[in-house]
Amino acid sequence: MKRFAQLIHEISSSTKTNDKLDALVRYFQAAHDADKLWMLALFTGRRPKRVINSTRLREWAAELAGIPLWLFEESYHSVGDLAETIALVLPEPVQENDQTLTEWMMWLAKTGRLEEPERKTNIVEAWQSLSVNQRFVFNKLLTGGFRIGVSKQLVINALAKTYGMESSVVAHRISGNWTPDSTTFQQLVLSDEIDTDASKPYPFYLAYQLDSSLDELGKPSEWQAEWKWDGIRGQLIKRSNEIFVWSRGEELMTEKFPEYQLLLHHLPDGVALDGEILPWKDDAPLPFNLLQTRIGRKNLTKKILQNAPLVFVAYDLLELENQDFREKPLSERRDNLANLIENAGHPVLKLSPIVEFENWEVLTKKRQQAREVGSEGLMLKKLDSVYKVGRKRGDWWKWKVDPLTIDCVLVAAQKGHGRRANLYTDYTFAVWDGGKLVTLTKAYSGLTDKEFYQVDSFIKKNIVEKFGPVRTVKPELVFEIGFEGIAESKRHKSGVALRFPRMLRWRQDKQKEAADTLENVKALLNTTA
Amino acid sequence: MLQFNENGIYCPDGNFYIDPWKPVGRAITTHAHSDHARPGSKHYLAHRDSSAVMRLRLGADISLQTLGYGEPLAINGVKVSLYPAGHIPGSAQVRVEKGGEVWVVSGDYKIQPDGVCEPFEPVPCHTFITESTFGLPVYHWQPQSLVFQDINNWWRQNQSAGKVSVLCGYSLGKAQRIVKNIDLGIGRVFSHGAIFNVNETLREAGLDLPFLPKVTDGFSKKDFEGALIVAPPSVGGTTWLKRFGPHSLAVCSGWMQVRGNARRRNVDRGFVLSDHADWDGLLYAVKATAAEKVFVTHGFTSIFSRYLNETGIQAAEVKTEFGTEEEDTPNTEKAA
Repeated sequence: MKRFAQLIHEISSSTKTNDKLDALVRYFQAAHDADKLWMLALFTGRRPKRVINSTRLREWAAELAGIPLWLFEESYHSVGDLAETIALVLPEPVQENDQTLTEWMMWLAKTGRLEEPERKTNIVEAWQSLSVNQRFVFNKLLTGGFRIGVSKQLVINALAKTYGMESSVVAHRISGNWTPDSTTFQQLVLSDEIDTDASKPYPFYLAYQLDSSLDELGKPSEWQAEWKWDGIRGQLIKRSNEIFVWSRGEELMTEKFPEYQLLLHHLPDGVALDGEILPWKDDAPLPFNLLQTRIGRKNLTKKILQNAPLVFVAYDLLELENQDFREKPLSERRDNLANLIENAGHPVLKLSPIVEFENWEVLTKKRQQAREVGSEGLMLKKLDSVYKVGRKRGDWWKWKVDPLTIDCVLVAAQKGHGRRANLYTDYTFAVWDGGKLVTLTKAYSGLTDKEFYQVDSFIKKNIVEKFGPVRTVKPELVFEIGFEGIAESKRHKSGVALRFPRMLRWRQDKQKEAADTLENVKALLNTTA
Repeated sequence: MLQFNENGIYCPDGNFYIDPWKPVGRAITTHAHSDHARPGSKHYLAHRDSSAVMRLRLGADISLQTLGYGEPLAINGVKVSLYPAGHIPGSAQVRVEKGGEVWVVSGDYKIQPDGVCEPFEPVPCHTFITESTFGLPVYHWQPQSLVFQDINNWWRQNQSAGKVSVLCGYSLGKAQRIVKNIDLGIGRVFSHGAIFNVNETLREAGLDLPFLPKVTDGFSKKDFEGALIVAPPSVGGTTWLKRFGPHSLAVCSGWMQVRGNARRRNVDRGFVLSDHADWDGLLYAVKATAAEKVFVTHGFTSIFSRYLNETGIQAAEVKTEFGTEEEDTPNTEKAA
């Protein structure tokens, strides 16, 4: 655990990717295989379940620290991270502990099954035997909220570097439906044996936003254009006579999409499709928030299935007849994909249409229609491109339409987390509705650090009321909010929900009276599909 | 006996202010940081060891009277004396007494001796005015010897990795503490110009500090090999650092205790080293004065005063214009 805590400390205190990579390599060189497997599980989002709810944890931590609960809560608001707050308020450890990461994971599983009083005894004892750094990691494991500032790609690169392997091979091997109980480090990462995991997905190929002019891409005839859909990127797999659905975050989400089971008898065995999970009705996609509410539900009622019926809009073929197709050119993959979908002949499986264009001018014009067809722009893919691993430049580009914008007034704020702890960075924005400001949306990103400091300092001087961690702020500052789409919503006071809102600019040139009205905002409902 | 008005902390009987934020007739200055020692007052009173830096910062020609620790002075019938605050060289708590009633203004203070300034001394009083910069129970300082062990190790590691070590700390107080406690046997140490000026001023005034050459264009990359550079935090992200070639940038500050603050600074290393009292230090100081009433100034004022009230010590928060210095806030982007 010491070594693992040290790794987390090094990673989170470093700002340079190379230093993080070195820290990971050092860990892989030094740690035991069992610990490495757990580390890999934790770093790739295979988190253990929460052992204890955070309310109890706060109470016990405050008790052990000898401080009132309100003081603990205030500390939490300032630190911005529960695991860290607990680690910091507790008294110095009274004994040593040299259990390994694997042993702690076993302890966690066991403790989770105990009755509450015993669970408390165990946790308090653990706290008293761990240093601040180790406690922090331990608390992260307890609360199940284990997120690290390291991309999966970096972990893959570190493994590749340590063992002299190709990173694309590592990426494929560590994907899929494994847990530390179902495999070993040797088997998962180092063994050449054929995998027995039928659900295993391929790593996704991701594109960057186009940042050069179209002319620099070369001849239009070498490129293919498709609409960029606003759903969930997914991989649909049929192997061993079973359907599996993976999200881009490599989460196995098969159960969330019962519609796709209808394809079981329409697809041949040994196929993997890359495409978009989209709610769809009457030949057009439905707004994203329908999908979002559906994903959040535990039980998919008939009503939900009717309101947001899903289709899979496929745009790539990664495997056919159990053969890895990723090294074949896109044109060939696309032909095979089209055939496959035609043969399947099922309305739940659609082929993402090609956007025809003779030259770049035509394509530029077509991009303007993106919102009308319910997409967020175009995807440009080179016809001879292979299917790569991870985010790569060159052969694939996304070319999104410019965001919709409105000017809003900042009316409330809350302190951020992590590197924004202690700083008001999470804002609530409002627009005018008949002389009153009505809350419209929240946004957290888009300002520079310097702007955040300035806005933070304004907020601290202009707090009107406190509601828990939320502060209402004297309405004065105006921001241009950009967003990708807008839909009606009963859950929001304003009656609309924005898709991916963020701050584009701080309009220091504008008075609050010049912000947009709800009427302006609702008018945008009609311009988008 | 003391009041809070728009100019600062005021003593009507003695007709003087303590650390006023506006120009006044007579100002008693707890220490030379710029949020406590502001320009424009007619007369100043401060500890002897504060005078050199006060003259450096407020002007050589200010009217300044100095006292040693514990030396009494009567001002319009009010007895005034200074006691060590342990914050920076010359920092003092101000004890004010009239008719048997005693108030103490802490200024900024820390409990742990730092090897540079006279250590903090609790002064019994009826009313105590305390800072609360780190008044949250998440702030606990390690013994300074452990922190300097970490710093020395970091320096050695940088040496073997072929990197110059740039260590940032506020130029008055923190920088001298670093210079005085670092292992000078590891390699050469240079100072940034801002720190050089303060160091030399303090050395001339008699403070026992080693001489550190100033980083100038006269030195080449070769001279800096394996060296430690002591610099103010404002050098972060500037081209001034380029002259050293590969380097590791670290900051010494109490705010480094919290990861979010440390990450925001965008430095390679954060060392938790503060010239303010931590949570336990604040509580110790309040209890050691045996004060019946406590006023809480800059920092986590509302939280600390609420906690004191709940533990049976009558406390109230006071709005001041202190706490605008580098060390006082985690969100500073530039520093003096």
